[in-house]
Amino acid sequence: MLTNPLTKNIGAEDVATDLQTYRDSDGYGGWLRALKMSPDELTQLVQKAGLRGRGGAGFNTGLKWSFVPTDRRAHPVRYLVCNADEMEPGTFKDRLLMERDPHLLLEGIAIAAHAIGAATAYIFIRGEYHLATQRLQRAIDEVTESGLIAGETTSLDQPLQIYLHCSSGNYICGEETALLNALEGKRAIPRAKPPYPQVSGLWGRPTVVNNVETLCNLPHLLLHGAEWYRKLGRGEDSGTKLFGASGKVNNPGLWELPMGTPFREVIEHHAGGLRDGLTLRGFLPGGGSTDFLGPQHLDLPMDYDTVRKAGSRLGTGTITVLDEATCPIGLVLNLSRFFARESCGWCTPCRDGLPWVVEILQRLENGEGTTNDIELLREHTARMGPGNTFCALAPGAAEPIQSALKLFEQDFIDHIQGGGCPFH
Amino acid sequence: MTNPTGKVWQRIPARQEGPAPELSTEEIRAIDEERSHYENDAAAGLEALRIVQRARGWISDDSLRAISAYLGIAEAELEGLATYYQLLFRRPPGAEVLQLCRSSSCWILGCEQLQGWLEQELQVRPGETTADGIFTLLENPCLGACDRAPVMLLGEALHTNLTEEKLREVLAEKRRRHADQSAD
Ligand SMILES: Cc1cc2nc3c(=O)[nH]c(=O)nc-3n(C[C@H](O)[C@H](O)[C@H](O)COP(=O)(O)O)c2cc1C
Ligand code: SF4
Ligand code: FES
Repeated sequence: MLTNPLTKNIGAEDVATDLQTYRDSDGYGGWLRALKMSPDELTQLVQKAGLRGRGGAGFNTGLKWSFVPTDRRAHPVRYLVCNADEMEPGTFKDRLLMERDPHLLLEGIAIAAHAIGAATAYIFIRGEYHLATQRLQRAIDEVTESGLIAGETTSLDQPLQIYLHCSSGNYICGEETALLNALEGKRAIPRAKPPYPQVSGLWGRPTVVNNVETLCNLPHLLLHGAEWYRKLGRGEDSGTKLFGASGKVNNPGLWELPMGTPFREVIEHHAGGLRDGLTLRGFLPGGGSTDFLGPQHLDLPMDYDTVRKAGSRLGTGTITVLDEATCPIGLVLNLSRFFARESCGWCTPCRDGLPWVVEILQRLENGEGTTNDIELLREHTARMGPGNTFCALAPGAAEPIQSALKLFEQDFIDHIQGGGCPFH
Repeated sequence: MTNPTGKVWQRIPARQEGPAPELSTEEIRAIDEERSHYENDAAAGLEALRIVQRARGWISDDSLRAISAYLGIAEAELEGLATYYQLLFRRPPGAEVLQLCRSSSCWILGCEQLQGWLEQELQVRPGETTADGIFTLLENPCLGACDRAPVMLLGEALHTNLTEEKLREVLAEKRRRHADQSAD
């Protein structure tokens, strides 16, 4: 049985799979199967299979689709949006899928569009992904010309149109409602929720926003079924996922592995452990907006709920490794600078809190910190927490800081008592 | 003047009077193509800014006026977009834009030292252009190639596993190319 549905067409050579090659290995077979199902059946199948959003939050994909109103007459126009903004620090997974197997994504888009009754889909891709943009555009042209998705009827009896939108920058564009504003040609500032995009999204129409990797899971799920898909996972969650590791490891990279694979396997086996005889201090499990975990968490299976219970989030599943020779406060400062720069400025705890946090952390690094600063950092991160802001940028920014305060508290104290950064 | 996040605040010069400058035929063709992808023309404004920047390297006051006249979007709206989005330039960059990744994995692997070296070598700070007009140095968030850190984009080309040695070679190559061009 197939065990690597996401990467089975990706070889050693840096080329994109073309339409013919893609079709020769079952390509667009999932789409043809989806067409034989009603949108309702399709949604239920995906929900039952337990596919969870790979954009970071891990929300059940079929359940998300089910919030789209079913009344076609009241809501004739619907949109599917593929989130290809990938700007989370430490994340490098969607790039591979788009550069190497663009048709897998297009097939996934066609399937999702059929499920929600969308005749138009947008791929919102970050402006720096030049190669992925080129290869996707070529694939869109190929498949449109082939008539495979454009000629077949969607659930709306209209040809499906897929358009690329290249982002003009800013991390906040990845937040789904800010992304919709960007697509409408506005400043990318998040929208208040509710209403959720599934009900009122792009130009007020029902809209589903899904991550690249989420959509890439669909073709084979359709082809091989929900039972097969569930069994791909090793633990609680279904399917496979791209897991990665970067930082000072021997073999940084990206691997398709079953959900539920323990962190240790990625860091020690696939990434070959830490280089230069260094030891592991901790790691960010899935991007810059996830809480640090420590060596004591290495045997946790990488499932969404398990990682949450351990006090972090699986996020994007691309691990950033922190070694003993790297200053944890320096790393947190680096991340906080990024978040401060990327804040859209709507909410006070984010717009004003983040620059303060940067200043405090810089103070600690410079040897000008006081014991009071630790308390101040705790206060700021609490204010940036969930419920106080319009979007998840600020709560995400708080995660590495608050977990560093727990896991690396002694480092903070050493910075204060030792008059600066001991790593310099 | 600099705010706490390091962004540079700039005075924007007053608008000029007179008839709106024109877009090129190719620009108009590309903008019309994009217009057909969206429910309304307002959405094409952001795309138009990208298209014009691609053709001219940046977005001048004249370009803003030309897009405004063509799409019927207020100049102030377009200005709001151009100053919000980081990849839209309201000042002309050098011939080669160098976007160095400054995020977590690249930081762990020494992008700060590389930036220091680049600033010395080019005699610029981030956001500035070299005296010869060839290079503009920008700090970029994670470029999505953290497994090959440190990385940068030079124009549209991704350079990975950077070292001072590699940077030296790449810069020399670009300088040679520009010297040849100006000799022609
Ligand atoms: C600040 C911020 C940035 C985000 N960036 C991305 C991104 O680059 N790509 C992505 O897929 N999701 C991103 N998300 C999550 C999206 O809002 C959304 O949850 C996701 O695209 C849904 O797709 P999924 O259900 O398939 O995971 C971001 C969220 C926030 C708050
Ligand atoms: S949390 Fe930050 S980025 Fe999100 S809406 Fe508020 S100010 Fe904007
Ligand atoms: S941190 Fe530099 S490419 Fe991701």
